[in-house]
Amino acid sequence: MTSITDTFAPATDARYSPGEVGDFVALLKPRVMFLVVFTALVGMTVVHNAVSPVIAAIALLCIAVGGGASGALNMWWDRDIDAVMTRTARRPIPAGRVEAGEALAFGLTLSVGSVIVLGLATNWLAAALLAFTIFFYAVIYSMWLKRSTPQNIVIGGAAGALPPMVADAAVTGTLGIESLVLFAIIFLWTPPHFWALALVKSGDYARAGVPMLPNVAGPDATRLQIWLYTLVLVPVGVLPAVLGFGGAAYAVVSVVSGLGMLALAWRVYRVRTGDAAMKSAQQLFGFSILYLFLLFAVLLAESALGLRLALPVLG
Amino acid sequence: MADLTPEEQKRRRSRSIAIALALAGLVALFYILTIAKMGPQVLQRAI
Repeated sequence: MTSITDTFAPATDARYSPGEVGDFVALLKPRVMFLVVFTALVGMTVVHNAVSPVIAAIALLCIAVGGGASGALNMWWDRDIDAVMTRTARRPIPAGRVEAGEALAFGLTLSVGSVIVLGLATNWLAAALLAFTIFFYAVIYSMWLKRSTPQNIVIGGAAGALPPMVADAAVTGTLGIESLVLFAIIFLWTPPHFWALALVKSGDYARAGVPMLPNVAGPDATRLQIWLYTLVLVPVGVLPAVLGFGGAAYAVVSVVSGLGMLALAWRVYRVRTGDAAMKSAQQLFGFSILYLFLLFAVLLAESALGLRLALPVLG
Repeated sequence: MADLTPEEQKRRRSRSIAIALALAGLVALFYILTIAKMGPQVLQRAI
């Protein structure tokens, strides 16, 4: 027969969480959060801002917290596969520093809080879009697509592409062509970026049973897809200059860095064996981050510094 | 409750401080939001 002490002692121990504050910050995926805030900020600056800087800052905070919350929900759901992948095994839940239930509660609380505050601070279109973004990433991508189709990151990429549209809705109350183009850039950028990583880490994904394209269709089919997506991405990357919300500096940077993306994607397509193949995939992965950062940084700089010099030919 | 080691107590304390700071931040956020949305009129009302 168990005594009262025996019954309660383990439960009390289990309820104690060894997690540090930093572990809960890690649940928010700070690097992804930075990208979310950065792209959302650009989404705000390229449109006609109808709200005060204070409201815009609060909206940005809500978008950041909402993005972080979806990261926590993703880590809660993916804790089993995170544990078997070298890239993710040290995350707080598989490492045993945060309990799964804590991560779920943390993610849900921040999700609901960020959506409500964004709705109260700005408008309910923006709040609904933020809720949809969180739902899309946590449920559609993490719970459904990621483990069921090699097109997981193509469709799931929409979640990462939505922050500029949420930001646009927050400061204008509607959605414009500018944020739609920014959405398209991030959406088309996601497959070449993640498939380049998947080519390098295909063993990791295979061990975890995640059907990434290289594991399902093979590396060569993945290389072709990377090349095709890059072919579409680069012209879309120039669109802000064509449409007039990117200036001369943006036109130059988007064309030059776009040519860099094309060159690296072509090399990934052509070089298929040995260390050189791995190296070219790694280089494309690294450069793709720089490419996206450059496009958005130049748009931000042009808007913030008033340097948007419209191209004479393109209007 | 089982005795916590000094390290566990330190972690719990830092988590408590973080939660307190987050709550204080929320209070400040709603205060700033109210002033930003309603402007100075928020203070002009019948006593």
